[in-house]
Amino acid sequence: MALSGIFLMIFLLQHLAINLTSLIPDNGETFNTISHFMGYNPIVQFVLQPILIFGVCFHFVMGFILEYQNRKARVQKYILHKTRSSWISRNMIISGLVILAFLILHFDDFWLPEINDKYINPVLPDPEKYFFHLQEQFYNQTYRTIFYCISFVLLGLHLNHGLASSFQSVGVSSANKHILKVAANVYSITITVGFISIAIFHYFIH
Amino acid sequence: MDLSLKIWRQKNKNEKGSMQDYSIKNIEPDMSFLEMLDVLNQQLISGGEEPVAFDHDCREGICGSCSLVINGAPHGPHKSTTTCQLHMRKFKSGDTIYIEPFRGSAFPIIKDLIVDRSSFDRIQQAGGYVSVNTSGNTVDANATPIPKPNADEAFKSAACIGCGACVAACKNSSAMLFVGAKVSQYAQLPQGKVERTERVKNMVVQMDKEGFGNCTNTGACEAHCPKEISLDNIVKLNREYLNSKIK
Ligand code: SF4
Ligand code: FES
Repeated sequence: MALSGIFLMIFLLQHLAINLTSLIPDNGETFNTISHFMGYNPIVQFVLQPILIFGVCFHFVMGFILEYQNRKARVQKYILHKTRSSWISRNMIISGLVILAFLILHFDDFWLPEINDKYINPVLPDPEKYFFHLQEQFYNQTYRTIFYCISFVLLGLHLNHGLASSFQSVGVSSANKHILKVAANVYSITITVGFISIAIFHYFIH
Repeated sequence: MDLSLKIWRQKNKNEKGSMQDYSIKNIEPDMSFLEMLDVLNQQLISGGEEPVAFDHDCREGICGSCSLVINGAPHGPHKSTTTCQLHMRKFKSGDTIYIEPFRGSAFPIIKDLIVDRSSFDRIQQAGGYVSVNTSGNTVDANATPIPKPNADEAFKSAACIGCGACVAACKNSSAMLFVGAKVSQYAQLPQGKVERTERVKNMVVQMDKEGFGNCTNTGACEAHCPKEISLDNIVKLNREYLNSKIK
């Protein structure tokens, strides 16, 4: 759980970095170049992408198994249970499920069209299409933009607990507890604010 | 002080339990929580009713026998305090107090508020000790020089009284703080280092066998531990466990 979490957190950083290039006022040139490279480079496509898909699936499956085992560990619930712990740390499964729903929509929005263009109804590679597709998905698309933004907030909360927690799980010294907390705050805020700004930017600006 | 109490009553392990209402009058603020329950039990016995069964022994915060989840919090609302050291002055006259047993599949209820915590004993028996030859030439543990920082750290972990509040507080009923404290206590000391690999493996296997949940680092255990056992012990347990797997 912790190791796949750490792997996904690294992936998210590179995803954010690439998406931020869509804010550069060059008519999407940089964004298109990087996206095209990611979409057609054989190492990215046939080595990194399968590892990523495995990482995502593993994280979700392990999350469900963990939740199942943990519920089994207390069959009879408390009538009143008010512990001193944060809501998000107790409800990672809820934020996780929202992220899962988001991922399904996100795959439908961006990944499935890509797979269609490549393998189902193959078309010639179009290095210019990515920026246009991104704009199409967000410009004036109120419901999608709101759902993406809500998901990013929950993703941020999930990451905030997940970062500190995963490092503790792999035994990283808690002498560094405060550093971990600060790192978790900086990381989760960067990811949330970063992705939300991109969605809102493309919602208003074409 | 006059109080309303909602107490979990359960005849035995197999029967279904439920919350029962009681009212109690003229409680002194300086009474301990357990003394308040003693008064209630006197009242119940005089009325020909079955007294409430609850665990206790030393009543001074060292044996780990007392338990109780009071108003949703293991050992009650006051930090770093066992139930036996909690005083009624922490409540107000007119309050309604919920009293439940520690809950967890690995802590089955025996009766009312008493739970079977022998799963902790079995974890200890799996490795929470240092093997010594006691044939008459045993070297006194104090004869071995131990660096002060290690001794201090080991002592902090050894403060765990094995009460189980960490399990009761954890939403997953995880016993990682308890096991972490026991493993770290020995891992800091030269005498404990000899068996450290086997110890952590065996204790973790036993912990899983008992049906405790997994740690998801909510920190509730540390927040409710009456002996302020720190989450560091879980980090150390994870590290010891990973090392034992690599070796
Ligand atoms: S770690 Fe704390 S709460 Fe858990 S058994 Fe030890 S003293 Fe009790
Ligand atoms: S009765 Fe011994 S610790 Fe409370």
